[in-house]
Amino acid sequence: MNSTAVVARRLVVGYDGRAVLSGIDAYLKAGGSTALVGSNGSGKSTLLKTLAGLLPPVDGALEILGGKVGEMSQKVAYLSQFHPSGFVLPLCAIDVVRMARYDQRGRWAKRSPSDDIIVAESMEMMKVANLANTPLRDLSGGQQQRVYLAQVLARRAGLLLLDEPTAGLDAPGRAAYMDAMVFERQRGAAIVTATHDVAEASTCDRVLLVAGRIVADGPPAIVMTPENLLETFGIGLTKVGDHLVVTEHHHDH
Amino acid sequence: MIDPFLNNGFMQRALVAGILVSLTCAIVGTYVVLRGMAFIGDALAHGVLPGVGMATILGLPTMLGAAVGAVVMIAGVGLITARSKLSNDTAIGLLFIGLLALGVVFVSSSDSLTGDLEAILFGQFLGVDTTDLLVQTLALLAVSAISLFSARPFLLLCFDIDLVSTMGYKAQWYQRLMLFVIAATVVVSFQTVGSLLVFGMLLAPAGVGALLAKRIGSMMMWAVGTGVLSTYLGLLASYHFSWAAGASVVLTAVAIFFLALIFVSIRKSARSASA
Repeated sequence: MNSTAVVARRLVVGYDGRAVLSGIDAYLKAGGSTALVGSNGSGKSTLLKTLAGLLPPVDGALEILGGKVGEMSQKVAYLSQFHPSGFVLPLCAIDVVRMARYDQRGRWAKRSPSDDIIVAESMEMMKVANLANTPLRDLSGGQQQRVYLAQVLARRAGLLLLDEPTAGLDAPGRAAYMDAMVFERQRGAAIVTATHDVAEASTCDRVLLVAGRIVADGPPAIVMTPENLLETFGIGLTKVGDHLVVTEHHHDH
Repeated sequence: MIDPFLNNGFMQRALVAGILVSLTCAIVGTYVVLRGMAFIGDALAHGVLPGVGMATILGLPTMLGAAVGAVVMIAGVGLITARSKLSNDTAIGLLFIGLLALGVVFVSSSDSLTGDLEAILFGQFLGVDTTDLLVQTLALLAVSAISLFSARPFLLLCFDIDLVSTMGYKAQWYQRLMLFVIAATVVVSFQTVGSLLVFGMLLAPAGVGALLAKRIGSMMMWAVGTGVLSTYLGLLASYHFSWAAGASVVLTAVAIFFLALIFVSIRKSARSASA
């Protein structure tokens, strides 16, 4: 597995040539984890989509797993924020997880026994093995999110790009997710997570606070200061134990 | 129940044509329903009208005119969305109504077309010949081959378009291919069921499948079964009650959809009560 997962130099990301987030210099090694933290519209999802090859960079250089963006799609897993088809498609949970293996041995190759083992392990890890043959549309939002996360795990990717992975998860779901991320990192996978959950971000090696630009970048203990959080979210937050306390409201005028 | 089909050649050809249309529409309709492309399907079905009208006036094959109409519709939608901030829905709606109006202008300005209008809109189920059946068979084979070859990217398109690209498939390419398959189905099937009613055969059987199936494959099977049953019952009703054949078939398919909806609602209520 490549030792560097992401290398970005003076990267600018956005839509149709219009910058949404600029000034990104990032290096993520295999087995490392980075959290992108910011409010809605700060550019987190745009950056993730660019890393996934869904959007071309507006400017700057970007390397994914030692190759150009989009070239390493087989080794990248992407979890999007929205799944509008979840309550419509006639698919069982296991069908959704199996999709992760589509391109692993050629785009039209048949599923192998090893694919089935990986799919079963991934569903077990996210505690949805018992829902394998349940139609996706009959599952709750939180259960569906666990299935989507199992799909990500089943890719056995070198780089995981997760947009709001814990959205809708209950406490056992979050615990399963955290255990799965530990497993993925031990395996050598690098993880980039977009979140506005500061507590979740503090479990990562590194945090990028974003608000249309990089507000701060570094280990969570150093980066997540009340001043930086105020600049990122517009409200003051202080970490007290495992909780965050709102301490100050930011006023522009 | 089977005598009309045993004793009349035109009923046998109509049954075969209906089954071929049902099979083609079941495959394509499944993607139309799952990908939420009902509006573009409807627009294509109506947008072929000026092409057909123009082809009739010029003495060209009507299928060629329908194909030109479909290409104008697809290219026009692409052009409007690329050159403006307007949504797909607005672009489709504008072209849909524009082409339909153009078709009506053609028809109203030509006395020779007035008699053909009913055939264009409602098809010629009972007038299909061997050539029509051959064309419909080739279309079915082509649609089946494309759908089989593209099964995975088509499923991913329905599930989450971002996944298509992140798994290395060309999302835009497969989107266009899906649109092409829908357009080809409309163009080939309109002669049998008509440009108004082909949309019903795309939606109603696939809708039954979406209500009753747990998986895409079984959804297509339900759609095939519904389409074939609708063809048989519709043609039978048409024969005995002198109803328009295309309308009878589509009406039967829509009736089966509502029966399926009632069945699913009752089953859901029963499950809720027992839980």
